Amino acid sequence: MEFMFDKEKNKEKIERFRQIIQDHKETKGALMPVLQGAQEIFGYLPAEMLQLISEELDIPLSEIYGVATFYSQFSFIPKGENIISICLGTACYVKGAQDILEDFEKLLGIKAGQTTGDMKFSISSTRCIGDCSMAPVVTVNEDIYPRLKKEQVKEIILKYGGEIK
Amino acid sequence: MITMEMLEKIRKEHRPILEERLLKEGKVIIKGNEIVLKGDYYKKQYRIALKNCGIINPGDIRDYIAMDGYAALANILRDKQPKEVIDDMKASNLRGRGGAGFPTGRKWEESFKKSSDKKYFICNADEGDPGAFMDRSILENDPHAVLEGMAIGGYAVGSDQGFIYVRAEYPTAVASLEKAIAEAKEYGLLGENILGTGFNFDIELRLGSGAFVCGEGTALMESIEGKRGMPRKKPPRTSHVGLWQKPTILNNVETLANVPVIMNRGVEWFRSIGTERSPGTKVFALVGKVVNAGLVEVPMGTSLREIIYDIGGGVQDGKVLKAVQTGGPSGGCIPASLIETPVDFESLDKIGSIMGSGGMVVMDENTCMVDIARFFLEFTVDESCGKCTPCRIGNKRMLEILTSMTDGTAEEREISELKELAEIIEDTSLCGLGQTSPNPVLSTMRYFYEEYEAHVLDRICPSGVCKSLLKYNILDNCIGCRKCAKVCPTSCISGKVKEVHVIDQDRCIKCGACYDACPSEAITIG
Ligand SMILES: Cc1cc2nc3c(=O)[nH]c(=O)nc-3n(C[C@H](O)[C@H](O)[C@H](O)COP(=O)(O)O)c2cc1C
Ligand code: SF4
Ligand code: SF4
Ligand code: FES
Repeated sequence: MEFMFDKEKNKEKIERFRQIIQDHKETKGALMPVLQGAQEIFGYLPAEMLQLISEELDIPLSEIYGVATFYSQFSFIPKGENIISICLGTACYVKGAQDILEDFEKLLGIKAGQTTGDMKFSISSTRCIGDCSMAPVVTVNEDIYPRLKKEQVKEIILKYGGEIK
Repeated sequence: MITMEMLEKIRKEHRPILEERLLKEGKVIIKGNEIVLKGDYYKKQYRIALKNCGIINPGDIRDYIAMDGYAALANILRDKQPKEVIDDMKASNLRGRGGAGFPTGRKWEESFKKSSDKKYFICNADEGDPGAFMDRSILENDPHAVLEGMAIGGYAVGSDQGFIYVRAEYPTAVASLEKAIAEAKEYGLLGENILGTGFNFDIELRLGSGAFVCGEGTALMESIEGKRGMPRKKPPRTSHVGLWQKPTILNNVETLANVPVIMNRGVEWFRSIGTERSPGTKVFALVGKVVNAGLVEVPMGTSLREIIYDIGGGVQDGKVLKAVQTGGPSGGCIPASLIETPVDFESLDKIGSIMGSGGMVVMDENTCMVDIARFFLEFTVDESCGKCTPCRIGNKRMLEILTSMTDGTAEEREISELKELAEIIEDTSLCGLGQTSPNPVLSTMRYFYEEYEAHVLDRICPSGVCKSLLKYNILDNCIGCRKCAKVCPTSCISGKVKEVHVIDQDRCIKCGACYDACPSEAITIG
């Protein structure tokens, strides 16, 4: 999928991010909090911002990529408008989370880790968000759906403005 | 900034306010100095680490103070030398609740004895074990207990700088900690010159970014340093050479929550709970196919049966208990026949499982043990940092074998190959992740060998889980409504209206659509 990082459109965000870098310049081990800041502000790690980090913190770009690719929370492509995240931790798995994931994949026509063509939905799987007593658990953006039943999968997609394929 | 006298004053004044509020809410019983939650679920529990959870408002430091909070820190700063605190911890025999069960006092002593211009004290709040959430509960509902535990530890080992490494997947815990740290600083219970005693101790938050291996001590330190979280070779121990090469103590959240209570109520009291070699309590995350899922804190040595049946209410939907998984990806599956086993470090180890962080997943007859082993291996392969070969490649090979078993393509020799691989990986991996990754495989092979044989020799999945091994059949009570034939994506169901239908097994892709569509329960999975 092709996408461009528009510096003009992101002007304000870039300013906010520059501030985060400044705030951490003196911190030992600043790279992680700075990357976390970028991920939070932009929703992913734009190459242009990694370049900026490299210059400001004086860390080689290769090292930054080495760190960023290691941690699963960092993404190098923009995510969809709605992020559907299915927990595949042990408690959720034994209660049928795999089937629920497959239902979402079937209905949205994408696999976990992908984004729909219209940028409306991304599916991701996580490992335990700590709500295990209410397994299986699915989150959509900040909303939590505990004890999810297969029948609810369709409803959820419709609720967030999706179309069933 | 408050003094010791003011701390006492807040406690005396706020306690009645807290009690009044709790009585109004009607969810607690107050007996003298003790406040406990009402209800059958709590009756059999003994709460130390969770004693304030659900009782205090975590956003109000006065609630914590009213429950004897910061009393231990104040008393220690006034009356005790660091060495005495360490001796108390050693005498209490508190063992780390983060997995390995290493005695906390002995760990502190290592760092105490090492002289250095700087020492660090870290709280491991990464809680990577899927299915465990006790640390999250403590961080969200009783953050000051962790801060106080850290400050006591910092004083004992001679550290003035603490870090809490908390996973980003726990935003509420992060917010709760931020608030608590700010409040404690405002009161002068953290920061410079605590309670006017000259002791300095500050705490900073660092967020984890979704790598399970970062829960491992040395990897966690690499991560705080801003690198990939890859484990370091040991020795040297991190209590000698840790974060930024300085002596560093790392303790789990639940471990730290125990510290102020032990200091308040005394070593003798603590040792009277639990077993001789594993004193105190343990919090378990009781989840899976159990009626009352949730956190359970019981004295060490309580049997699995008491936890699962007496507190958890038994298996859901009247099904039969098949196994209990403890210790997460590093742990093992305990068969139902061993349900009388007491849960403490030694007893679990003896039967090939571990305590781990306290995850306890109840599995019923519909859980396939080969599939569960495969599930954990998939986790390990995903989460291996890749630094050492046995873990990076060995686990991948194990996963391949297990996948072929659940797919029905494995050969007989692969059963013994799997076992051999497991034993080698266990012996040769660099860190705890690789060293324990074979446990789910070895324990299921030990107790459920016949399931492996069924998958490989007979190509069937006795629990009806592994899709490729299932067979859909239409029974004689088929009413010939054609509903199944209409939904079948490969059109492999034939039959006339009102006659019994047949599935062409060669073309069936085992999607289960016919099974879901059948109105008369005429389709079976076998
Ligand atoms: C792969 C791996 C992951 C771990 N994850 C955690 C964790 O999430 N939380 C934790 O407290 N300990 C975890 N541990 C154990 C820690 O390395 C360490 O033993 C523990 O935090 C020490 O604290 P304690 O002595 O208070 O138990 C993990 C260990 C390994 C090998
Ligand atoms: S055992 Fe696995 S996780 Fe541990 S150092 Fe080796 S590759 Fe990394
Ligand atoms: S399981 Fe699927 S493919 Fe097989 S017969 Fe039923 S509907 Fe057809
Ligand atoms: S296993 Fe899914 S929330 Fe814990």
